[in-house]
Amino acid sequence: MKAPPFAYRRVDSVAAAAALLREHGDEARLIAGGQTLLATLGMRLSEPSLLIDIRGIAEMQGIAVADGHLRIGALARHVDVERSALVARHLPLLSLAAPHIAHAAIRNRGTFGGSIAFADPAAEWPACTVAADGALTLSDGTRSRTVAAADFFLGLYQTALRPDELITAVQFPLPGPQRRFAFTELARRHGDYATVGLALAGDVTDGRLDDPRIVYFGVGGTPVRARAAEAALAAGRAEPAALDRAVAELGGELAPAGDLYAAAATKLHLAGVLLRRGIQSLMAEDAQS
Amino acid sequence: MNNITPRAATVEKIVGRAVPRPNARRLVEGRGTYVDDVELPRMVHVAYLRSPHAHARILRIDAAAALDMPGVVAIVDGRQLAEICAPFVGALSHLAGMRSPPQHAMAVDRACWQGEAVVAVVAQTRAQAEDAMQAVEVTWEVLPAVTRMDTALDPGTPVIHPELGDNLCFHREVDSGGVDDAFATADVVVEETYDFGRHTGVTLEPRSVLADYNPAERRLTVHHSHQAPHMMGDLYARLMGIPEADVRVLCKDVGGSFGIKVHAYADDFATVALSVLLGRPVKFVADRLESFVTDIHAREHRVKARLALTRDGRFLAFDIADLTGIGPYSMYPRTSAVEGNQVINLCGGPYDHPHYRATLDVVFQNKVQTSQYRGVGHPIACAVTEGIVDLAAATLGMDPLELRRRNLMADDSFPRKGASGILLESLSHQRCLARLEQMVDFPALRREQAELRAKGIHRGIGIAVLIELTNPGAAFYGTGGARIASQDGATVRLDPTGIVHCASGVGEQGQGTETIFAQIVADEVGVPMDRVRVLTGDTAATPYGGGTWASRGAGIGGEAVLQASRQLRANLLEFAAVHLGLPVERLRIAGGSVIDTAEGVALMDLAELGSLAHFRPDLLPAGFQPELVVTRHYAQRDYPFIFTNGIQVSHVEVDVETGVVTLLKHWVVEDCGRVLNPLLVDEQIRGAVVQGLGGVLFEECLYDENGVMRNGSMADYLVPMAGEMPDIEVAHVETPTRSSELGAKGAGEAGTAGAPAAVMNAINDALRPFAVRLTAQPITPEKILHALHPHLTG
Amino acid sequence: MTDRILVNITVNGMVYERWIEPRLHLGDFLREELGLKGTHLGCEHGVCGACTVVVDDEIVRSCLTLAVQADGAMVETIEGKSESGAIRDLQDAFLERNALQCGFCTAGLLLTADALLQAEPEADRARIREHISGNYCRCTGYHAVVDAIEAVGECRRAGARGAQP
Repeated sequence: MKAPPFAYRRVDSVAAAAALLREHGDEARLIAGGQTLLATLGMRLSEPSLLIDIRGIAEMQGIAVADGHLRIGALARHVDVERSALVARHLPLLSLAAPHIAHAAIRNRGTFGGSIAFADPAAEWPACTVAADGALTLSDGTRSRTVAAADFFLGLYQTALRPDELITAVQFPLPGPQRRFAFTELARRHGDYATVGLALAGDVTDGRLDDPRIVYFGVGGTPVRARAAEAALAAGRAEPAALDRAVAELGGELAPAGDLYAAAATKLHLAGVLLRRGIQSLMAEDAQS
Repeated sequence: MNNITPRAATVEKIVGRAVPRPNARRLVEGRGTYVDDVELPRMVHVAYLRSPHAHARILRIDAAAALDMPGVVAIVDGRQLAEICAPFVGALSHLAGMRSPPQHAMAVDRACWQGEAVVAVVAQTRAQAEDAMQAVEVTWEVLPAVTRMDTALDPGTPVIHPELGDNLCFHREVDSGGVDDAFATADVVVEETYDFGRHTGVTLEPRSVLADYNPAERRLTVHHSHQAPHMMGDLYARLMGIPEADVRVLCKDVGGSFGIKVHAYADDFATVALSVLLGRPVKFVADRLESFVTDIHAREHRVKARLALTRDGRFLAFDIADLTGIGPYSMYPRTSAVEGNQVINLCGGPYDHPHYRATLDVVFQNKVQTSQYRGVGHPIACAVTEGIVDLAAATLGMDPLELRRRNLMADDSFPRKGASGILLESLSHQRCLARLEQMVDFPALRREQAELRAKGIHRGIGIAVLIELTNPGAAFYGTGGARIASQDGATVRLDPTGIVHCASGVGEQGQGTETIFAQIVADEVGVPMDRVRVLTGDTAATPYGGGTWASRGAGIGGEAVLQASRQLRANLLEFAAVHLGLPVERLRIAGGSVIDTAEGVALMDLAELGSLAHFRPDLLPAGFQPELVVTRHYAQRDYPFIFTNGIQVSHVEVDVETGVVTLLKHWVVEDCGRVLNPLLVDEQIRGAVVQGLGGVLFEECLYDENGVMRNGSMADYLVPMAGEMPDIEVAHVETPTRSSELGAKGAGEAGTAGAPAAVMNAINDALRPFAVRLTAQPITPEKILHALHPHLTG
Repeated sequence: MTDRILVNITVNGMVYERWIEPRLHLGDFLREELGLKGTHLGCEHGVCGACTVVVDDEIVRSCLTLAVQADGAMVETIEGKSESGAIRDLQDAFLERNALQCGFCTAGLLLTADALLQAEPEADRARIREHISGNYCRCTGYHAVVDAIEAVGECRRAGARGAQP
């Protein structure tokens, strides 16, 4: 199908984008990579009257390390993150996750910030951002504020973004030398949205796991941090008994809804499988390093 | 006389060689011509407003606002089109008792499936047509939908077509006799039920029609992405009342067909009728979302199977009951009963067993129409047969390969009948099995399986033996009253330049038809392949024929090409003999030249002969007229079908914690008779295998309880992609059919027929330690998990 | 509101100026505005890969790219890549290996494969399968496509090493 008609404006500043958002309200949509939006428009599932193209906003570009943080501009494309040496060195969780995002041609256009703003519950970047303690810089062109990723995702496709705000960048604290990461997801086919996915982080020292982050995607309306499971594993060696306890805790923490191809109970089961495998991989990381 | 190098004397046969396709260069350079690439003056676009409900009465259509929208040319409903296009009924008289109500080009008063076209919006562009479509208001009265096939015949279920009395389209029974006795006295009886999800074909090029009715000459030209142009021409002529001689159907490049494009869709008739109504070209290119709810679906079956056998593993009897749901109308003109009919003809087909009984019930539903899609019934028959054979092997504690070896029809037992009554010309099960054992190191795979099992890794090996009907005679459709040609014709001609033209009624869909025809012409006339030009896909320029379906293109169309080419060569030799004053026995044609076999020299190029005939007939003896154009037709009349056979093996790994199946490798041994071009045949087989792999692991049209399709997009309907597919090794055994000189049987569908059974058996083989069996396709990770962890199903 | 916008897009080395509707995607721009029918539309929702083209040296889905977003960009299609000879090796390998049947997916697959081999000529079969996993082919079963890409990767590596005469 062909998209319904809309007007198109290109802006080169956050302020200009925010002003258009204020002017047009719900009728306007931001477009960066457009890899989700244009598919939606192509199916006439949404009919905005204005698309505001923000790709040219300079302040939202780039990947850099400064002041103890890795900063990923919201307009960095998936492929930029995938290929970034800085990301690979400082936050390999993102490097591990990138190849799972759709396919090469999509990764060449879709953006990091766009994926987070869209907040698809089965998408990779939101969960990774939570697992890596990322903080989002939101701006309406005059005022900026910082929101922890964990506080950003409010519900299914609902975020802390105000109607006239943009995500301009995501800041990640640089992990310490003991921080290890693992990423795993199950999808029916390579590049499909995850049935269940898991982003993991933890300090691993001499076989002991501290301060774990266990963040699921595809099992709820938002990325889900499994805190009870984290507690069951924290400050331990991830022995079978602790893993069993952690997996058992998932039942109380995850309330997945079934999708076309997996029922809720199946997803919960898979979440447990992924946790065992993910933790194993996390601990093995330590052995290799 | 020209001095021509006698290169010809040593020319090898081209048929049988792995020759690349000369006509594919344009496709790799983006220079193909698919229907959507064609633009005509005054052309307009149609978009169809389709029923969002599975079953609903159309109370009112309000198009007033839409008519005023930019670019809108016309907005037409089903009642208006019914004045131009007669209704049609998808029934065949030889399927005794089959019923289906008349269907219109667009719904009149009532829509019977989600996706049935209700209003046509014609505009200058597709986008404008879609814009206006949103402004058309239809008032519906939603009616109860019949979705489940297992309750379709229950007394409490609404009857979709009250005039028929119930929802039964077709019922048939096959019974060789003696089945009950065989089961009563058998040492072992195994029984299982197999479920098959609905698939659809997902041709990458959507269905496309560009209808161009020119009122000034009262002629209709239809550019169509289709497999059977002559059939469509006949139907357009009869349903619209246009003389068939004034209808031309053109099929240039066809972007995938697989049976999806062998049917006459209501949309096709509607688009043509709109062109007649408006007197200008109308283009319809299905959007992918409407493809999912209008392209035919297939394979929704539930089959109960029983097998009786002796303690030492001799098959005594198969007992089969097939139930299939087909949507609200049987598809025109091939019907929706053929698939189930093939299932009950083919179950148990590879095996030597005395008794067979099968019943078939074909029921109406408020879902997309089903009909013939690649493999047509074979994937079901094969999965049922090979599934229950594996169950029998497990029950007997016998190696599944050994159980098959004991029961396969012996290679020296042909021609013969199968227990269901099918006539089999000549099959090679035993030789294929032997070839397979050379290819696949079964003992090594079994050792590896045992070793890995001890480590918690579960691999399985699945075998599927199959038979496949190809090269159909008139028995398929003609005897049932459908005007679908079972013969095909070929015209070959020599031009003054020495080029040989070949025109055939069989078309090209990428399978390589034009290449193998060029190979046949080259060999049979005696010219290099680059001196052959092939034309297909134009009813105005090719001999009348059936087209491409039922794996008949090479076997039927190729034989016509062979016969025409041989006669042309005979004509040319006679001509050369007269002209040269030499005895015809002394001459032959090779390499494009006339050769003197006595002297071993080339005497003249065919271009000289051509020039002579066309430009200097004054030099020819009085009373001699060279005939440089020959047409021959061929219909396979020896058997209802020419059966092929083959074996496939699938090697899989099942992750028992996630249910994920990894396809490690797939092997195929195939006997499609004479292999005309192994390069093309192997890729036909591989592509067909992958369609079968899609069916067994991924693909299913999912419906909700209201008959609304839940996964009708490319994102949600899971077609097989490169990442999950295995490498596929192919080998051949050649048993040429004696029904033709060419000896070729069909090769395009067997891959799809066998792959699902092989994978299902491999998965069940992998899961043997867990004492579970998966028999419902597609076998999804979730189904595997539910079998292994029953608490998940709660 | 939905007025046409003037864009300036370089396609296969030619500069085109067109007033277009914002909603027009790049695939339709190429096909309808410029008559470049070699780019095919298989789904128009970004899944099948048939409409893949090259924008500023990177493959993209032309159905998920608005033509107005390509204003000022350099676009290459199968037509341009064919005429320049840039992917002749891949095209030859596809023909030789019969890595296409109906040809509808082929332009997208060739451009996708070329992008991989430019970055990773050493890609193995698994990597090739992964990279082309967003390009749907219903005809071939992918095996021959992987063969062809693998063979060209080997040739390009050999060429890079100076092994070709």
